[in-house]
Amino acid sequence: MRYLPHTAADIKQMLTTIGVDATDALFSGIPADCRLTRPIDLPPGLAETDILKELRLLAAKNTPVSDWTSFLGGGAYNHFIPAVVDHLVSRSEFYTAYTPYQPEISQGTLQGIFEFQTMICQLTGMDMANASMYDGASACAEAVLLAIRAAKKRSRVLISAALPPHYRQTIATYCRYLDIELITIEATNGVTTLEQVEPLLDERVAALVVGYPNYFGCIENISTLASSVHAVDARLITAVAEPLALALFKSPGELGADIVVGDGQSFGLPLAFGGPTIGFFAVRDKDMRLLPGRLVGETVDLDDKRSFVLTLATREQHIRREKATSNICSNQGMCALMVSIYLALHGKQGLRQLAEINYARSNWLREQIADLDGFSLPFSAPVFNEFVVTCQEPVADLKKRLEQQKILAGVALGRDYPGLESGLLICVTEQNSRQQMEQLVAALAGGKR
Amino acid sequence: MIGTDSRGLVLDEPLLFEQSQPGRIGFSLPEADVPHTAPAAELLRDEITGFPELSEVDVIRHYTRLSTWNYGVDSGFYPLGSCTMKYNPKINEVAARLPGFSDIHPQTPEALNQGALELMYRLERALAEVSGFPAICLQPAAGAQGELAGMLMIRAWHEARGNKRTKVIIPDTAHGTNPATAALCGYEVVPVVSDGILSRDAVAAVMSNEVAALMITNPNTLGLFEADIRAICALVHEQGGLVYSDGANLNALMGISRPGDLGIDVMHFNLHKTFSTPHGGGGPGAGPIGVSAELIPYLPLPVIIKENQNYRFDYERPHSIGRVKAFYGHFGILVRAYSYILAMGGPGLKKATELAVLNANYIRARLEGVYALPFTERSLHEVVFSEENLGGGCRTLDVAKRLIDYGFHPPTIYFPLVVAGALMIEPTETESKQTLDDFCDALLAIAAEAEHEPDKLKQAPTRARRRRLDEATAARKPRLRWRPSSN
Repeated sequence: MRYLPHTAADIKQMLTTIGVDATDALFSGIPADCRLTRPIDLPPGLAETDILKELRLLAAKNTPVSDWTSFLGGGAYNHFIPAVVDHLVSRSEFYTAYTPYQPEISQGTLQGIFEFQTMICQLTGMDMANASMYDGASACAEAVLLAIRAAKKRSRVLISAALPPHYRQTIATYCRYLDIELITIEATNGVTTLEQVEPLLDERVAALVVGYPNYFGCIENISTLASSVHAVDARLITAVAEPLALALFKSPGELGADIVVGDGQSFGLPLAFGGPTIGFFAVRDKDMRLLPGRLVGETVDLDDKRSFVLTLATREQHIRREKATSNICSNQGMCALMVSIYLALHGKQGLRQLAEINYARSNWLREQIADLDGFSLPFSAPVFNEFVVTCQEPVADLKKRLEQQKILAGVALGRDYPGLESGLLICVTEQNSRQQMEQLVAALAGGKR
Repeated sequence: MIGTDSRGLVLDEPLLFEQSQPGRIGFSLPEADVPHTAPAAELLRDEITGFPELSEVDVIRHYTRLSTWNYGVDSGFYPLGSCTMKYNPKINEVAARLPGFSDIHPQTPEALNQGALELMYRLERALAEVSGFPAICLQPAAGAQGELAGMLMIRAWHEARGNKRTKVIIPDTAHGTNPATAALCGYEVVPVVSDGILSRDAVAAVMSNEVAALMITNPNTLGLFEADIRAICALVHEQGGLVYSDGANLNALMGISRPGDLGIDVMHFNLHKTFSTPHGGGGPGAGPIGVSAELIPYLPLPVIIKENQNYRFDYERPHSIGRVKAFYGHFGILVRAYSYILAMGGPGLKKATELAVLNANYIRARLEGVYALPFTERSLHEVVFSEENLGGGCRTLDVAKRLIDYGFHPPTIYFPLVVAGALMIEPTETESKQTLDDFCDALLAIAAEAEHEPDKLKQAPTRARRRRLDEATAARKPRLRWRPSSN
């Protein structure tokens, strides 16, 4: 086997050194009644060429969005990935390393994470960010737990219904057996309003969680919500599933958010059927010691040279065990690197311009569809690169009809939002040309009404 | 801009932000093909203060240089105990990048991504066969999240029976994630002293009708098989509890013993350990869980169902604990793990286990006597020495740092906590006898240096890019981001 270097002579010499006759003797610590007495029932190993054949057959049963015309978003965004990202992240000094526990020989990973933390702070307008979490949904759940820890005796958390459904479901799972009461705030006109939130705000509330943009693509009024939430000393958690919006719209930090979490998939990570992506997690200075996950800090070595190191480990599970701020052990190191490379390439101007293109195209398409018979816009709030339309034609039929033309029209909202059965969430990125959008408009118009 | 620390072609590399030049950009944007529009002015942000402005070449050089300051499995031997740093096959990377896997959207109708569901289903069946559990869930993002999902399922199982149990037993050899996870599920931790191998009697002494579960790592973090495991599972079950197993060390058991056959109720896998997916400098991993038939109703959402020749996600599961993350798991990592299983096959997986255990025992045989071995039972995939025999007032940390000067990544140190100054060595099966010999020679030389020239250890490393770091200041005065004013 090509991954196993042992020759028969090596094995024999090693067994002699150990002082046993056969490798089986090395398993003498395993009692007979704990042994598997038959071979593993899996086929023998394959040559590389056969592995690829097998996997290509499976891959061929899938539908890459690059082969079709896709307007799917809803938590995973089809942005172009510059060749540089995969080229650099394929350097195996990066991807075959472990967590940088030995800083003297891990400065590459450590400086990379320090830069990632910095760029997340700059984008979100926050004081500090950690080295990353699994994804936006789990980061959001951890943010709720942070707010509960910070608020001590408060156990109520208000969750906007316009937060992505997977984020809401993940929060519910994480909080399942903790003494936390989750209250859903219905959206009005696609956004979370003061009228709905204020009656519920009192000294029992630890936090309000809203999306920015939210699941409907709408821009929430963060500053208004923040003022109200702060009036009862609670925290505003802002979750960002499409962080490209932060290059165009005011940052949550600037608008008064206390915790900003989100998913970085938009920044250079492949769709990959939804994972791996990366969660980011940013807070104000006051919450530094409550932050979950890894942190990299700057220091010097014995020769006084600037260096980077994992720090503030006393929050973490390997030191604090059951008193840790989270059970998280890893970060998404390789994904953080990809995000950093992507952001460094686009930079201050490029990221803004890319966000403007996304905004202009999606808002153009939104107007075109609004003009079609049988379609309307249920919400008037400003949107970034996603928006909801309501369709007279049943959404399932419409989607199927467009699939015949190799168009993935959008995400149906009915399953997650009773009352929005006729809602379709459409996403437009820089990958969708005007020609594609015109194709979609024509296809939508071709249905029965 | 070249920093002050460069010597010839040993290059320093400033932070991205310090190299920024106004007006530079590293990416060409697509043409605007619709009229320009913008949101209302009061919604717009100002420019992103401090954000880098670099060319494509700047970015390439920056990260290429940073990569040379790193050390990975591809650079050399990486014997981190409990982390299973085996070789990461390159075909796995090619497989994960096939557009039919990397470019598929999770919101696409299931019927259009049948290959993805089929791959996941096949991986589930393979993991089930290796582990002995009837059902597998691939969703958890990492081992710690697998633990969370598993322990939530245990709690859900108790709640469904009206059991008001409040405690979880955890041996002193456990990973820190175990107690942290138990706390996240609302449980109080009852520690139990293992004395190397956990005895049924030790568990019996703390087991009661208040205990919801025992969390056990098998083989444990000393590399020892928990020989009483069947009796322990039976005892916990008799008294109405369930058993969680941390599967971090499954690399020692493939084809030899199946946790699911021993009475374990739920276990997580670390695909980035046993199944060769890269550690990525800290992630992403993947932490699928295997469960007993009892626990199937509580699996996270969604569950993959095969009907005739078609696959679908099932969401109609009223007893499920819900989802632990968005979408379906770290699919890109699952592809890599499946590619590894195809490459190894059933016989190859068993061979991997045998050679991993052979390698660990070979290191043990070569170092035992010079380095102190606190637990002398026959160990499996890893071996844990203590700092007891070290001369010259040297500590485990000094040995680890000196190993860097000899060209090796140090082992895991100061874990497990039950060994004073633990040096936890896990070579894995992908290392040759020659590599192990070089490593053992280095450790033996270091032990001699400790006696006669301890300063060589205490000053180490001197041949790395950096000498020892001031970690105390880093924690006391945290600087967690670059700021224009501070530089």
